[in-house]
Amino acid sequence: MADIVIIGAGPAGISAAEVLSARGLRPILIDEGARAGGQGYRRPADDLALDMNRLMGSEAQKYASLHRRFEALATRIDYRPRTLVWAIDGNTLHLLRDGRAETLSFDRLLIASGAMDRIAPLSGWTLPGVFTLGGAQVALKDQGCLIGSRVAFLGSSPLLALAAKQYRDMGAEIAVIADTTPFSAKATALPTLLRAPRTLFRGLWYMGTALRAGTKLLHGVTPIAIEGTSRVEALVLRDDQRRERRFACDAVALGYGLKPETQLADLAGASFAYDPDFRLHLPVIDGMGRARPGLYLAGDGVRIGGADAAEASGALAAHAILSDLGHAQDIEATRGLARQVGRLRDFQRGLARAFAWPKAQIAALPDDVMLCRCENVTVGEVRAAMAKDLGPVEVNRVKAMTRCGMGRCQGRVCGPALQEIVAAKAGGDGAAAGRLRGQAPVKPIALAAAGDAA
Amino acid sequence: MEPPKAQFRRVAARTGPPATLSFDGATIQATTGNSILSALLESGALLRRLEFGGEPRAGFCLMGACQDCWVWSAEGGRIRACTTPVTDGMVLFAEPQPLVGNHG
Repeated sequence: MADIVIIGAGPAGISAAEVLSARGLRPILIDEGARAGGQGYRRPADDLALDMNRLMGSEAQKYASLHRRFEALATRIDYRPRTLVWAIDGNTLHLLRDGRAETLSFDRLLIASGAMDRIAPLSGWTLPGVFTLGGAQVALKDQGCLIGSRVAFLGSSPLLALAAKQYRDMGAEIAVIADTTPFSAKATALPTLLRAPRTLFRGLWYMGTALRAGTKLLHGVTPIAIEGTSRVEALVLRDDQRRERRFACDAVALGYGLKPETQLADLAGASFAYDPDFRLHLPVIDGMGRARPGLYLAGDGVRIGGADAAEASGALAAHAILSDLGHAQDIEATRGLARQVGRLRDFQRGLARAFAWPKAQIAALPDDVMLCRCENVTVGEVRAAMAKDLGPVEVNRVKAMTRCGMGRCQGRVCGPALQEIVAAKAGGDGAAAGRLRGQAPVKPIALAAAGDAA
Repeated sequence: MEPPKAQFRRVAARTGPPATLSFDGATIQATTGNSILSALLESGALLRRLEFGGEPRAGFCLMGACQDCWVWSAEGGRIRACTTPVTDGMVLFAEPQPLVGNHG
């Protein structure tokens, strides 16, 4: 029997495993996390007294149902939690499991690696107390902690209002919800957003809740700085009337939407194309998630679509695997899933306009702003490298010259902003800047893995 | 001196057994199930200082992607604090420790 390996146990990975298992196959499901669910539907440990129904709100049923389905599946698949895939070489995966290196070969590989926050730097963003927006939610769901007592939410994303609501419900003061996209852009995107009315109204409801609770909700802001000596003390910004405003706070949650974690798809041989709506280089897939023979991509790890799209695209990719293995195709189910995935991903395209990546703000960042938090490279150092005679104006060459993007996170955090700084010099759109290539190991691992403390 | 204000604020109790760890020689009380990062940030500690210039850092992505929360074991092992649970008796440092016998 063909060995099918799924990487990632969020909604996409779980639903793919479910479809394969229903046809009598026994996929291997690899999860870097300790418990299935992924980041969005992350499951708290049993010993954490956290009311997930209250926290998940309108998504509570979906959250509970996904975990019930995983439990029903657990004995029928080979589930491997706490396992990192750090390299892919031909048809071999290199794993690190409980500190030990292993290899695993596959015939079919489905990567559902999920997403992380897209970050735009600003002065002071490396201060303790500044966390990603997704991280602020993880602190709450996984650890039962707020990132601070008085929190500012900055970026451009419908998740700012959602996370702020969760934080307020759990007792945090909300200093401000500050969105860099003007309100007018949100109105313009409305026709596209109406393709998924349930999601749209949920987003509007979160914003409405924030306003009713008296939270300051600003659109069209220009971030200036996060101030503080050794900790976050305030967020300073210019509002849409060009007034400078200062919001005292002890933590900032920063997020400009999500970006797919594509490093493993890159190592597995997917090709990439630039997407001007998301301003990201994304893996090329067919309508069912095939990237090349034997390689399938699903969920937010390939196209941001949210949990529902992830679930449907995982099932869709599983149907592609079944079909490629010679199983009879369930045409009706496949068509329905493809329609659902298409509709939800179109909605995200609308969101990418309503909550836009602030490319012009990034291109205009002052020289002294830290761009690469790992290697301590400023915006000005990157500009200076590009300004030299025969200086590089392509992200991989800029990385080689300046070490921007070469540190521990491998450009996951600074990459999108680096793209805009380089694109501004190259004089084109984001495509002109090139694409930061993925490198193995995709996350740092100890050379002597056995030397790591358990 | 005023005790340092904790960055994290716990809003959901943990019911597991207590765990005591040491961080740069200071004793930190935690609960089994805590990540190292939440144990340290709840106690008023920060995690580390940047290799370049020594500015304080306290993690960023909290989901194992940015690697900005590494701390170090006494044996020289590197530990990602946001995804590693505490264990009772753990001895941790903000900086890599010189190996015993490795210096004059």
